Amino acid sequence: MSTFIQTVIVGLRLGSVYALIALGYTMVYGIIRLINFAHGDFIMVGGYTIIFTVPLALALGLPAWAAVLAAIAVCALVGMGTEIIAYRPVRKKGTNMSALITAIAMSLFLENLAQAIPAIGPNPKVADQMFTAGGFRIGSVTFEYTTVITIVISAVIMVVLYMFTQKTRLGRAMRCVSEDKAAATLMGINVNHTIILTFAIGSALAAVAALMYMAQYPRIYTTLGSDLGIKAFVSAVLGGIGIIPGAVLGGFVVGLFESFTTSYISSSLSDAVVFLILIVVLLLKPAGIMGKNVGEKV
Amino acid sequence: MPDQERIPVLETRKLGISFGGLKAVSDFNIQIYQGELVGLIGPNGAGKTTVFNLLTGVYEPTEGTVLLNGVPLNGKKTHQFVAAGIARTFQNIRLFGQMSVIENVKAAFTKDIKYNLLDASLRTKKFRQAEQEMTDKAMELLRIFHLEEAADLPASSLPYGRQRKLEIARALATDMKVLLLDEPAAGMNPTETAELLECINTIRDRFGIAILLIEHDMSLVMNVCERIQVIDYGVTIASGLPEEIASNPRVIAAYLGE
Repeated sequence: MSTFIQTVIVGLRLGSVYALIALGYTMVYGIIRLINFAHGDFIMVGGYTIIFTVPLALALGLPAWAAVLAAIAVCALVGMGTEIIAYRPVRKKGTNMSALITAIAMSLFLENLAQAIPAIGPNPKVADQMFTAGGFRIGSVTFEYTTVITIVISAVIMVVLYMFTQKTRLGRAMRCVSEDKAAATLMGINVNHTIILTFAIGSALAAVAALMYMAQYPRIYTTLGSDLGIKAFVSAVLGGIGIIPGAVLGGFVVGLFESFTTSYISSSLSDAVVFLILIVVLLLKPAGIMGKNVGEKV
Repeated sequence: MPDQERIPVLETRKLGISFGGLKAVSDFNIQIYQGELVGLIGPNGAGKTTVFNLLTGVYEPTEGTVLLNGVPLNGKKTHQFVAAGIARTFQNIRLFGQMSVIENVKAAFTKDIKYNLLDASLRTKKFRQAEQEMTDKAMELLRIFHLEEAADLPASSLPYGRQRKLEIARALATDMKVLLLDEPAAGMNPTETAELLECINTIRDRFGIAILLIEHDMSLVMNVCERIQVIDYGVTIASGLPEEIASNPRVIAAYLGE
């Protein structure tokens, strides 16, 4: 029984990291119908920013995790910059396909740019301890502080984000732009600003995900984003891409399946099971778990 | 009759646009005064919707100017046209179907944002007040259109005629000076059309705004508009009182073919 509970907890921890990243994919897809392949690499950017600013945080007498504030700022800037410099011009001139290729190019660009920076280089870097080590026990189940913090903070962020999109004017503007850009602009909504805001929020979430990930696996390398990103992308598609609660649900489904496969079957099969689940869900519900199958309007 | 001393709310001077070599609209001049209801008619493909797109900044004119209260709007973006006071509805209804009726109206208040992200995340008094004010204003508009009891339903669940009314309510919520209605009676049955007419008259009297109406339904235009402008092939062929238009040989020729 304790193994079971432990497995659930690990699944929730993994799931909350995937969910945070999946939110970035899904929000951007929701608003401009673009799969932002560079999103995974924003995690890598966040990770390195944390590594480089931890000494600064410590020097200021702050805890190591405070470096995430710098990472949030840097990631938001990189996200907004990517939209303004790379995606927007292509979207204006080209087709969806050219935008998609641009996203892949941005991903490769960020990965290789990181490698080319001497302070980063191709070798993995090891991060400091982010949160207090150790944990507590309830019965025979161990709760690591890192795990508890990860789950709680992610849950809070997701609730706040949901409230933001549902209850605030900017959130409403985001939903308007996502439904119909032309109608939104005729409501006086500045579509470009709304898109940039979406990128900023999605990228900031990637920075938080980087912190959560590093707290558990303190090894950062330049292609980290592709590995983590693909699972988060699977989560977003699984839940129904473009749907915010779907991304959260997808993240937890992927996290739990991964955790259960690792603990009860084999860790080497965990990825295979995740992708198998994706295939099964998409066969049964092509628009994802929470997606609505919309027939083509004639 | 419009008072010639006053500045028109909406005015165009030699407005025109070409797509490649094709002149879709040329030398389009119109003046609309506060409280006036003007009709823009013309056969299919005459350029009526293109005029609307020019008046809302969706297209940038290749010649001429759009003036709002005497101020030219050249080079402005669509959302800035809206902020300046021009609102429109669409020929095919374009509501935010997945959002509720009241949220559709609230969407139009976005540009008047008074609180920032920090207020929103801390749910400060300023945030709650602004949201409450918005809800009140939105409900007031919905009441005019008898949509208040449907406020929390998804917009897409409303019947066609009521969706059209919601679209007009949403346009009014942008706090505009000029309302452009693109074929508001399209696809409506006679009862719905009659209700719509009443609606248009109500909002004009109540809000004192200027309305420009594109319409195919000639009887509707003849009944409600004070002045009518007729275009064909992007060129104004007549403009005047409904009776003058109805008997104008050029208009008859354009509609019936020579």
